[in-house]
Amino acid sequence: MTVTAARPDLLSRITADAKHSPSAWSTFDVLWVLYDRVLRVSPATVEAPDRDRFLMSKGHGPAAYYAVLAAKGFIPQKWLDDVAGAASRLGHHPDRVLIPGVEVGTGSLGHGLGLAVGTALGLRAQGYLQARTFVLLGDAELDEGSNHEAIAYAAAAGVDVTAIVIDNQSSTHGWPGGIATRFHGWRAAHVNGRDHEALEAALNRRDRGPYVVVAAVEKKGS
Amino acid sequence: MRETFIATTTELLAEDPRTALVLADISAAAFEPARRRHPDRVLNVGIREQLMAGVGGGLALTGLRPYLHSYAPFLVDRAYEQLKLDLGHQDAGAVLVSIGASYDASAEGYTHQSPGDVALLDTLEGWTVHVPGHADEVPELLRAAARHDERVYVRLSEQQNRSAYPGTDLKVIKQGPRGAAVVLAVGPVLDAVLDTGLDVTVAYTNTPRPLDVNRLRELVHDEIVVVEPYLAGTSSAAVTAALSRVPHRALHLGVSAAEYRSYGTPADHAAWHGLDAAGLRRSLSEFLGRD
Repeated sequence: MTVTAARPDLLSRITADAKHSPSAWSTFDVLWVLYDRVLRVSPATVEAPDRDRFLMSKGHGPAAYYAVLAAKGFIPQKWLDDVAGAASRLGHHPDRVLIPGVEVGTGSLGHGLGLAVGTALGLRAQGYLQARTFVLLGDAELDEGSNHEAIAYAAAAGVDVTAIVIDNQSSTHGWPGGIATRFHGWRAAHVNGRDHEALEAALNRRDRGPYVVVAAVEKKGS
Repeated sequence: MRETFIATTTELLAEDPRTALVLADISAAAFEPARRRHPDRVLNVGIREQLMAGVGGGLALTGLRPYLHSYAPFLVDRAYEQLKLDLGHQDAGAVLVSIGASYDASAEGYTHQSPGDVALLDTLEGWTVHVPGHADEVPELLRAAARHDERVYVRLSEQQNRSAYPGTDLKVIKQGPRGAAVVLAVGPVLDAVLDTGLDVTVAYTNTPRPLDVNRLRELVHDEIVVVEPYLAGTSSAAVTAALSRVPHRALHLGVSAAEYRSYGTPADHAAWHGLDAAGLRRSLSEFLGRD
């Protein structure tokens, strides 16, 4: 399925609304490129110890995440019709215990980066050197101080983790000087969060050590 | 107990490639030989306790068995939401090993004390809580925790009893007269209970969660007193549930939530909280109606 096919069908199936919430939209292209072109994980390998890991730290507005998981066959598409229903496995924030292919349950901001650092270290300790660890955050999520514990340590310890920050300028006090400057000691790339070729090129770059990809999208509410 | 923890965990790291240790500077020097031997599995994240818990969760999700360690207030109080979400909500486990207990750090003040750690973990699902009363009880608790993936808290203290009582069951240490009140001592408060010299049945456990409810039901016929080295009443709900079909009177003694703002020694704090032998004798005698 192509992104143009997946996007209107599956997203609107979740939101039942032509005007999808901005937080659902902001992540869509990054998620599609990850699952379509980057991640070495499939519905058949969700338990494989050496699979690539993707951690959706910013658990808010998961409609795009669910749509991509459905499009790629991790979950049945019919699950999308009853999000947050009493019998649904899909809530307003994702739960790894309920959803195949979801690596972490999130919602409270500032937890994914620490979990991703631990995941990357666990993979390295067990010799799964090909397995990559990706974590997606929002620019407002960076307000949480726990992220900065993880950022400093990942740089000092040379942790092989790729953080993707979706920048839709939603942080109340902003990040004067740029988001990447907060990732001191990390390699950084800036891309248009809607440009699939640029995203693919940035996300497929493989060097050792921590790496941040700042994916800019339109300002929240614009 | 801290030295025993360091020695046992160092052995576990060598014996079991699944074992990992995450530190936040506390005890890092003592673990340096282990870190040099296992640099991928002994991780010191610096003074970052939220990250210590997050890293523990991530390691567990890849199949390792992480041990996390710091002073109790930093390991549990400070990182409470990380324990709730990065472990429990992920359906992941870890072994938390704390030092400091309620007032080992009497001279350091309230910032370094955690009377509320066990009560905080009681708000979360699935935590086994060990409160060893002697260093010789510690190795088997740590070794047993390496063999599964559940959530385990080991609360180490510098206070300890004269004798070790290995095993995690609830055991009778001193049998009182027929029909005597049962006084259950948790961990290092046992000696003070014994030293009251009262004619009661003294029971002991180093594992208040899960509480050995079957043994407690066998023992208690009328009066039960629980003496815990952390917040008073922490086990009251568990004891009440265990004895729901037994008519009984209960007294729960432990550390008060009051902040004394005094330094001194751990023994001074025990006296202020009524947890020395004299204080326990007063409380017990009043409850039991004896002089």
